[in-house]
Amino acid sequence: MNLHELPAHVIARRVQSGELSALEVTNAALAHIEKVDGASGQLDYETTGPPDYAIHAFITVTAERARAQARAVDAKLAAGKDPGPLAGIPFTVKDIFCVEGTPTTAASRILANFTAPYTATPVARLEAAGGVMLGKVNLDEFTYGSSNESSAFQPATRNPWDTSRVPGGSSGGSAAAVAAFEGALSLGTDTAGSIRQPASFCGVVGMKPTYGRVSRYGLIAFGSSLDCPGPLARNVTDAAMMLNVIAGADPRDATAATVHVPDYTARLHEGVRGLRIGLSPEYFRVTFFDAATGELHERALPEEIRAATLRAAELLAQAGAEIIEDVPMPHTKYGIPAYFVISRVEAASNLHRFDGVKYGHRTKAAVGDLREMYRKSRAEAFGGQPKLRILMGMYVSAAQYSEQYYNRALRVRSLIRRDFEEAFDPAGRKRLHALLTPATPSTAFPIGDVFGDSVLMQYSDQLNVPANHAGNPGVSLPAGFDADGLPIGIQLLGPDFSEGTLLRVGRAYELATEADAWRREKSVSVA
Amino acid sequence: MPEEITPEVFNHLVELAALELAPEEAAYLRRELNHQLAAIHILEQIPLEARIEPAARGVPYPPEVSAPLREDVHLPYPNVAALLAQAPEMDDDQFVVPEIPHEELE
Repeated sequence: MNLHELPAHVIARRVQSGELSALEVTNAALAHIEKVDGASGQLDYETTGPPDYAIHAFITVTAERARAQARAVDAKLAAGKDPGPLAGIPFTVKDIFCVEGTPTTAASRILANFTAPYTATPVARLEAAGGVMLGKVNLDEFTYGSSNESSAFQPATRNPWDTSRVPGGSSGGSAAAVAAFEGALSLGTDTAGSIRQPASFCGVVGMKPTYGRVSRYGLIAFGSSLDCPGPLARNVTDAAMMLNVIAGADPRDATAATVHVPDYTARLHEGVRGLRIGLSPEYFRVTFFDAATGELHERALPEEIRAATLRAAELLAQAGAEIIEDVPMPHTKYGIPAYFVISRVEAASNLHRFDGVKYGHRTKAAVGDLREMYRKSRAEAFGGQPKLRILMGMYVSAAQYSEQYYNRALRVRSLIRRDFEEAFDPAGRKRLHALLTPATPSTAFPIGDVFGDSVLMQYSDQLNVPANHAGNPGVSLPAGFDADGLPIGIQLLGPDFSEGTLLRVGRAYELATEADAWRREKSVSVA
Repeated sequence: MPEEITPEVFNHLVELAALELAPEEAAYLRRELNHQLAAIHILEQIPLEARIEPAARGVPYPPEVSAPLREDVHLPYPNVAALLAQAPEMDDDQFVVPEIPHEELE
């Protein structure tokens, strides 16, 4: 196996044993990025050439920084010191996290000139554990999207399995990088599925931990009641190793819960015997909104996605799990409408700080006064999605409308949360340890097909967003391919802080499908 | 479907949001806002009993898992210069901005 294709847990073991140097691993990853990634995302990118079939996952490759970190890991080992559990593992970071001394853009023109003065806690923890950051990867502007197409840094990331398709989003750069072997791990964020949906589209593992499980210090905020940093990896073991390092309390983030962090790798092999895993009919229907009539329409889930999810249930049953059918999750279909309100109010609030005074873009146009400077700076440097979210957030939280919209959406969130509480209640009727669902209502869609229709794009997250409202953890797992050769994903959702159980179920599913032919497929970029 | 966000309402929002929009961009954003609002109206189908409280977030934070309050002590930031270096315009350690709209008090 090529060095850049090694799983994270194998790299760490071999680096720790001296079989490989961290520098060799880093150089192999950087050489591979050079080969497959093509032009990095940039402002005002123009090309007249034909599509180049490159991945375009990166905004910034930090090659020299990575080599210096790798040398430091090797030096620790040479001195007989422990380099940490992630020794020499190359990883990427969604460009929404501050990393000291690196451009931190949020894929927005408004932060294109911003160099982070400090490092986000989860990144600092990955580096302290011996991980080697290869660079910052692309995303939808400020994370506002599900396809990566809204990035101000073009070319936007492509799906490594078919470069005419989107990688999903907003952590599309993260998912594509991991799928295309550009680093073994990536740090993403999930506000309505932004880890799980691109992971599903790109055929990798993506976990949204419980709200509060991972510190957000140094994360550029979107929806403060929803945002969760989490791992993307090519297998469950690697995701568990990464979560071990990034999870836990942080004196710099009051929302980081002080819940004990177990070793998420310790029980991966305990299997699923005795676990109660649910299926809910509400997750096997896809709802779409018709703006012309104002009505929600239901469609059946694509057959291949339905079949992959049901097969997973069968395999888990054969491995000893008890499958509980007909779990009611009646408020699932209200997840996106409630999200349209709550996330926009929070986004508008969080975007007020970008005013061209203390950092970021300031207009060069002549202005009469401060207000005009604000307006011109924001107009020039925010893309369409931030503008749309600011306007919606201001409307639905206005004094005369907030009862009708914002307060109602927050009450609907209580109902969505109640669905989860009832399903996972240890004394309840269903007593689930996990809920098994499809990860997405479709596989990766063609570039340009959905972008521009903000309602249809948002509905791409409909099977993911309820867990963000509720705060519960979820993981999406690769589960084969559809007839077009595009990855299919399944999702496991669990009670608060049950990441260990979800990863254990995920590992059992991996083992049950280990012999499947699709497990040996590699994305086109490395063919 | 009647348009909830009329051009007048929209222009007011744009002003509040401290934005300026080209006509084509404004037309696109206003259309999308109205589509999104139509989707939001689906929430009105749900009977909400009075006892259903708004949830500021999903996960409860009982005291045993909540971060304790920090000591109320001033921790100087280690690299103030790096923070200030990001500002578009400075005069010593002051941020420089254009004229601030104001009225003279009598």
